[in-house]
Amino acid sequence: MSTETVEKEVKKESEALLSKRRRGLINDPLSDDNPITIQVLGICSALAVTTQMKPTLVMSIAVIFVVVFANLSISLMRKLIPGRVRIIVQLAVIATLVTLVNEVLKAFAFDMYKELSVFVGLIITNCIVMGRLEAYAMGNKPYDSILDGLGNGLGYAWIILAVAFFRELFGSGAIFGYKVFEAIGFSSEGWVGFDYQANGIMVTPVGAFFILGLIIWVQRTKTGYVEH
Amino acid sequence: MELINLGIKSIFIENMVFAYFLGMCSFLAVSKKVSTAFGLGLAVVFVLTITVPVNWLLQEKVLNQGALTWINSESETLKNLDLSFLSFIMFIAVIASMVQLVEMVIEKVSPALYGSLGIFLPLIAVNCAILGSSLFMAQREYSLAEAGVYGFSSGIGWFLAIIALAAIRERLKYSNVPDGLKGLGITMLITGLMGIAFMSFMGISI
Repeated sequence: MSTETVEKEVKKESEALLSKRRRGLINDPLSDDNPITIQVLGICSALAVTTQMKPTLVMSIAVIFVVVFANLSISLMRKLIPGRVRIIVQLAVIATLVTLVNEVLKAFAFDMYKELSVFVGLIITNCIVMGRLEAYAMGNKPYDSILDGLGNGLGYAWIILAVAFFRELFGSGAIFGYKVFEAIGFSSEGWVGFDYQANGIMVTPVGAFFILGLIIWVQRTKTGYVEH
Repeated sequence: MELINLGIKSIFIENMVFAYFLGMCSFLAVSKKVSTAFGLGLAVVFVLTITVPVNWLLQEKVLNQGALTWINSESETLKNLDLSFLSFIMFIAVIASMVQLVEMVIEKVSPALYGSLGIFLPLIAVNCAILGSSLFMAQREYSLAEAGVYGFSSGIGWFLAIIALAAIRERLKYSNVPDGLKGLGITMLITGLMGIAFMSFMGISI
């Protein structure tokens, strides 16, 4: 792969806007190199906000926004940042972006802001963002860094949305607040004749650990990744 | 008495790991051996005990609306000034510099402790449990004494959790786990089971 990359870097003009290598930057984090299931990053918020789909969706959008723009800013500044203080610079950039997200939520979606409470602030310490800045944006061009941020953000988003899907479905019998089990007949008037009994453990933290553990199992079996 | 209650509550009932999932990254990554888990746990307790009260002072004396009136109690501008939107940046700056400071002090005062804690200290700056405690402290409007107790005891809660997990994982090396579950997968399931055990504390009302 390395020689190919070098050749492509040399004749930069001819590289397509979405060349094969660049599509890889987005595709790899979605499965083979997923930030949550393979690299074990960003677990904290992945679990905390996933009791329902709606806050999870907001959280995913916030993280995608932060990781893309943090990658872009650090990539633009990468030659100006002295190695010794780079962690502080990265934290300052991330904290600024997260403050922006927080203020926007507070102004336009106050209920959501209340519901997510401290977990928006905790995007600052989400290891995915820090990890991508250290591992990618510090040594790559801005456009590639944006794609890398987007790929990792989406890789994070689909895993936490999957966890939230199962937790909300079994924990409260609904998807995005829409009562699924009731709609297919689980109620005293429906054809089943009794209500769906919500599985309380899915709403507690324990349910999140189990669901994520199982998703990791399925995903790693599919990609063939084994940890030693 | 209130303070003791708060302490017990934040160690067991509202455990950082099992109730709020905070500090999971290093919780999963550094729990392979009891001795390293012990070192990291101690460092977390230490840094939490310092940063939560310091951030409390920052919150009360600089960031909140009208908090700066101690400079000049007459000034109208200072009374209306609300800097709380800066809290994320200030908190993380305090944590990062505290970690740096603590590292330097320990290195000078006790090289032996530095030897055992040294490599974990930089890791702590990005541990969500630390920032999370400061944010919870701000949200719940604790007093200074409460903030101190809360910082210390949530650190202890995290410490207990990581030691317990590390001890289980040391045993786990000898069991036959399916390939896809090895490492992170089985650790998540075990954490879930430990979470069930910790849920039994929820019945206690303090």
